[in-house]
Amino acid sequence: MSDLALRPLRRRARLIPSGWAVFAFGVAVFAVLPIVVILTTAMENTGALWSHIVAGILPQATRTTLTLLVGTAVLVTVIGTGCAWLVTAYRFRGRAFLEWGLLLPLAVPTYIMAYAYMDVLSPLGLIQGVIRDLLGYSSPREFRLPDIRAMWGAITLFGFVLYPYVYLTTRMMFLTQAANLVEASRTLGTSRSAVFWRVALPLARPAIAVGVSLALMETLNDIGASQFLGVRTLTASVYTTWIVRNDLAGATQIASAMLVFVVLLIWLERFARRRQRYASNAQRSRAMAARPLTGAKGAVAFAVGFLPIFIGFIGPASYLLGAAIRRIEFAGISPQIVRATLNTVTVSAVATLLVLVAGFVVAYASRIRPGPWTGSFLRLSTLGYAVPGTVLAIGILIPVAALDRFIDRSASEWFGLSTGLLFMGSGCALVYAYTARFLAISSGGIEAGLSRIAISYDHAARTLGHTSTGALLKVHLPLSRTALTAAGLLVFVDCMKELPATLLLRPLNFESLSTLLYGEAARGTYEDAALAALVIVAIGMLPVTLLARVGTSSSDPVAFTDGAQESRSGRGIFWKTSGRRSAST
Amino acid sequence: MNDEPPISPQVLPPILEICGVTRRFGGVPALDNVSLKVRAGEIVALLGHSGCGKSTLLRIIAGVEDIDGGQVALGSQVVVGSDVFVEPEIRNVGMMFQDYALFPHLTARQNIGFGLKKMPRKRAAARVAAIIERLNLESLSERYPHMMSGGEQQRVALARALAPQPHILLMDEPFSNLDRGLRERIRRETVDVLRALGTTAIIVTHDAEEALALGDRVVLMDKGRIVEEGSGEAIYRTPRTADAALFFSHVNIVPAQPSGEWLESPIGRFPDRRARTAPVRLFIRPQAVALAEQGIPARVSGRMLLGEIEELMLTVETLNEPLVMRTTTRSEVEIGDDVRVSFDTGSILVCEGDHTKTRALTPLVDAGGV
Repeated sequence: MSDLALRPLRRRARLIPSGWAVFAFGVAVFAVLPIVVILTTAMENTGALWSHIVAGILPQATRTTLTLLVGTAVLVTVIGTGCAWLVTAYRFRGRAFLEWGLLLPLAVPTYIMAYAYMDVLSPLGLIQGVIRDLLGYSSPREFRLPDIRAMWGAITLFGFVLYPYVYLTTRMMFLTQAANLVEASRTLGTSRSAVFWRVALPLARPAIAVGVSLALMETLNDIGASQFLGVRTLTASVYTTWIVRNDLAGATQIASAMLVFVVLLIWLERFARRRQRYASNAQRSRAMAARPLTGAKGAVAFAVGFLPIFIGFIGPASYLLGAAIRRIEFAGISPQIVRATLNTVTVSAVATLLVLVAGFVVAYASRIRPGPWTGSFLRLSTLGYAVPGTVLAIGILIPVAALDRFIDRSASEWFGLSTGLLFMGSGCALVYAYTARFLAISSGGIEAGLSRIAISYDHAARTLGHTSTGALLKVHLPLSRTALTAAGLLVFVDCMKELPATLLLRPLNFESLSTLLYGEAARGTYEDAALAALVIVAIGMLPVTLLARVGTSSSDPVAFTDGAQESRSGRGIFWKTSGRRSAST
Repeated sequence: MNDEPPISPQVLPPILEICGVTRRFGGVPALDNVSLKVRAGEIVALLGHSGCGKSTLLRIIAGVEDIDGGQVALGSQVVVGSDVFVEPEIRNVGMMFQDYALFPHLTARQNIGFGLKKMPRKRAAARVAAIIERLNLESLSERYPHMMSGGEQQRVALARALAPQPHILLMDEPFSNLDRGLRERIRRETVDVLRALGTTAIIVTHDAEEALALGDRVVLMDKGRIVEEGSGEAIYRTPRTADAALFFSHVNIVPAQPSGEWLESPIGRFPDRRARTAPVRLFIRPQAVALAEQGIPARVSGRMLLGEIEELMLTVETLNEPLVMRTTTRSEVEIGDDVRVSFDTGSILVCEGDHTKTRALTPLVDAGGV
């Protein structure tokens, strides 16, 4: 049956890398470029040359940022770990709701949180009005609560909106690990209350550290909330130095100073993940037996667990809903908000597509050509996740603007026409920023999805006459659809919520939902902002519904939620899955 | 080790020629200078313990694994060598996997047709239909892999690998995921199909019996090298190394001293005309041990029924370990009985020298036989 005098076989020389590796290299270069630009620019402007503005701003901004980070870290740890333990160790009425409800604040970006509470808690706002009425005062002059526009306000708001990162990782840890160890410690004579301090908490330490590092990355990234609340963090200083004082060099220097924080946070996260991996070597066990709480005790437990949901989600969301309804009744849906929504969806969709393709390229390249090179491409492509949007924006602005100028100059010289700011003006720079920042979500999620596909499928497809690209299209793509969908959803929502990079890199006269809200809040005009915020929160709830399935034993969401879980809480990819595969039977 | 396996009358050029292939993983050689030729229509069983490199060799032939030295040629084409690498998709090599690797999102029919994408659609459909009929898979054709039993998946995987009519079919432990009873039936059916289609195949297995049952030729590998090859009969009856002898079944090893034309041992003296000087060890298979009227005295210390075969443990005073005897006839003995034991001198092998396993084996050269 074998006729060997068939067609001549195509050959390739050994040293030519495959197209996939080359593309992966390209992705890695693009992802790392902004960071390299920031670093080299900062190197050029050493010590003595630092501008006076920076010298004046930097120490104060660093102190402020540090205070904010430490305060937020403490608060998210207490709320996140406490709630995770509450819903794991106790059984009471409403626990099932709390289990997923505690994730809801993830849908609320920090700047929307601040935006909502500024209005609600303002001296003329709802809360203070009610309190005055109750106490019999007639005007804000006679009685007012302390102003939320202060450091304590920022820390509180960040804590109540970012604790789900800690809750999520810690709860996973309690669910998968705790039962055996808790029971063992009980038999060794540890009292029920001591179990938390002596067993659960030490056990959860790596998980807490991972969650805290993710929460702090969000804190460092935030620009809206700190601007609204008048907390002058490094991120806010980058923005004002650049936009208000028009000092790009100074902004770059502050940005490079921020990279120190970034590196520390990445180190914390990776260190903790390594510890976590040791801890999770134990075999997967059943959840620990929860202690039933009835009557008043149960009600108190529910109230305690409900408080963060109320402050972090229900409060701001219902305020936004009310404000949005009033706005629509008053002015209808303005063309402005429609345009902003379209803008946001378009740019986010394009970026999501690009992020998924790029993520697939680096993940697939390291699968079909495993080795130090493709591995480092994969790792490098994820660095952007920890870099604040402002820093990334500067790192992108400098090369893209230079390229724009170059093209413009060349075009005028050769063809006598001016192209203007080709990439900046078209929003390419913005899409680039989204891609660099959120690539980790897709490459991490897709890598996790691919790792569930047995390598023998690849070999089967190849020996059956398909190229590696053909195998990708006919085997890997259909089999990793769920991971791909989850990653795409997370990226899309993160793009929609993104504020700092959007603010800095958007083309002229381009408003997204987030910049619309920022602009109105900054001007103090509360018009369409509530509606914009509501849209963002509503869309932000989509991935929360995915994550909420973690730990519940519904029928077959495993592959789907695993992907979502890993790409969200495992933003970094330093979380290798242990080759589990759900694809085969 | 050097003499060629029996060559069929019409001398065909080898369809697969592996020359001095070496593959290292992190400096550790998984394959060390391996050479092998396979002729058209031949079924070769590649036998060895897990980790001996047999699967690596298979993957190298398929092209999903690279090499560090040597070359592989399919027909007259070098497919991998010092400056050549032919991608697996154009080698036209079929491969069957231990876990079958049936694509879970495709039906049996789609799986079988997966390798026929270059063919016109109608011809591909006809080819799929033909192979489905040949392997009696009609009832499975629209099912997805998770709806099939292990044996059914195995047959679909075989059909899928055969559909593109590969030059050579590589099978990696194709029966190891099946239950014991089913395994033998499927194995027989598979060999029948391969023979009927005249397919050249290499079957990797760690099961010695399976290798003997399957292959025209058995190739034994150990630690990344080919230690022995030959027909199943030859490699079982007259293995040339202690390693090979020990691979196929238990062997009773008895020390012996040469004394003129005899070998003196605790279980008697055996004629051996080969002039030996150093102490040797006798390799006696359990089947070469038999109960007899006359012979050395022994006591039955264990008795076990292994299906058709009965195994007796016989304690001999002069030996440290009991002799193992296997027979297909039922002996009427019980534990504690005193018996006498004789040996089939024709199948005893002599191992010269110390305890290193790879020492060469030679049959006794019987004085009386000539």
